[in-house]
Amino acid sequence: MTDRVIGEQERGDRLEVRVWRGNAHGAFQTFRVPRRDKQTVLDIVTHIQRHLDPTLAYRFACRVGMCGTCAMTVNGRPRWTCRTQARAVVHNGTPLVLEPLRSLPVIRDLVVDMAPFFDKWADARGRFVPRETQQAAGARAARNAEPEGAAQEPARAFARVAPESAERRAADAAIECINCAVCFGACDVVAWRADYLGPAALNRAWAAWNDVRDGARGAVLEAVAREGGCQTCHTHRSCAETCPVGLDPTWSIAGLKRALTRAVLKGDIA
Amino acid sequence: MSARKFVLQRLTAALLAPLVLLHLGGIVWAVQGGLAAEDILARTRGSLALAAFYAVFACAAAVHAAIGVETVFREWTRLTARAAAWIAALFGVALALLGLRAVLAVTWG
Repeated sequence: MTDRVIGEQERGDRLEVRVWRGNAHGAFQTFRVPRRDKQTVLDIVTHIQRHLDPTLAYRFACRVGMCGTCAMTVNGRPRWTCRTQARAVVHNGTPLVLEPLRSLPVIRDLVVDMAPFFDKWADARGRFVPRETQQAAGARAARNAEPEGAAQEPARAFARVAPESAERRAADAAIECINCAVCFGACDVVAWRADYLGPAALNRAWAAWNDVRDGARGAVLEAVAREGGCQTCHTHRSCAETCPVGLDPTWSIAGLKRALTRAVLKGDIA
Repeated sequence: MSARKFVLQRLTAALLAPLVLLHLGGIVWAVQGGLAAEDILARTRGSLALAAFYAVFACAAAVHAAIGVETVFREWTRLTARAAAWIAALFGVALALLGLRAVLAVTWG
């Protein structure tokens, strides 16, 4: 990899940016990027790719913190780069260091292969399995003294869980994950154990476990009780500390551990 | 670790927490009368209550520590799951034997 600092010749206030290039066996390359007010880390990466080196590989989509696509390691800590201001992570003229997310295979530069992350979502059985069909829910609603004809309306045919109910609040607490894998990159146990499901998948499993409409909650507990399941978490809280949308996967995993303990003591899980 | 070992480690932790407090409290109380070996042995010799207390303590600690050591092996070494489980089990057995031997020594030695 070249030692030449790219962007050196340009004038004005510059920020030194060290960017990982290549795959797992790559090296850092240094760029100098103009400083701008309210500049995000993603703005900096985009400037490098558009003006200094078009071969730089990185990933982004929405740029407003909704899609979870642009996560990478910024100065040693995983972050969503579209909502991370450069001035919040660069202090006293230190360089900005950008690396791909930890614990996922590096495809090239700042792009990682997300397949293992989503495979673990599937392994944790995070998908929704309806407890009853839409038609059955509609028929039940009709039986429960709904006005005549109400069950024919599609909106009324859905199983409804009151927003203020305890069941709904428990399910809602873990639901807003944007699949950015920041927690996955932050977790030491993920780095140590290849079979660990990781905080995002377990957080999703906790949401499914709390969803009273889910018809396969037993399967959720069996999925997270396997080797590498929720019991593998050490409660380091790195996931909760770094989650960009403020979720607390550690709390979700603790809930799964409690449910797992009860199930083992009752003999439901061996 | 398996779900069963996880629960076993939690149960032994729940058991060890009061035992450790009682053990520490017992030490604070016991040193009031002096720290000589004869003073300690005078209290422990023939005491079935103390023997039972420390036998449970040693066994709970052995189980708890062995499960923890297995986890450390799985996370920090390249041992296979089976090798880690066997080494940890041997460690637990050794720990229990050492603890029970000490209980026997201060009770009937």
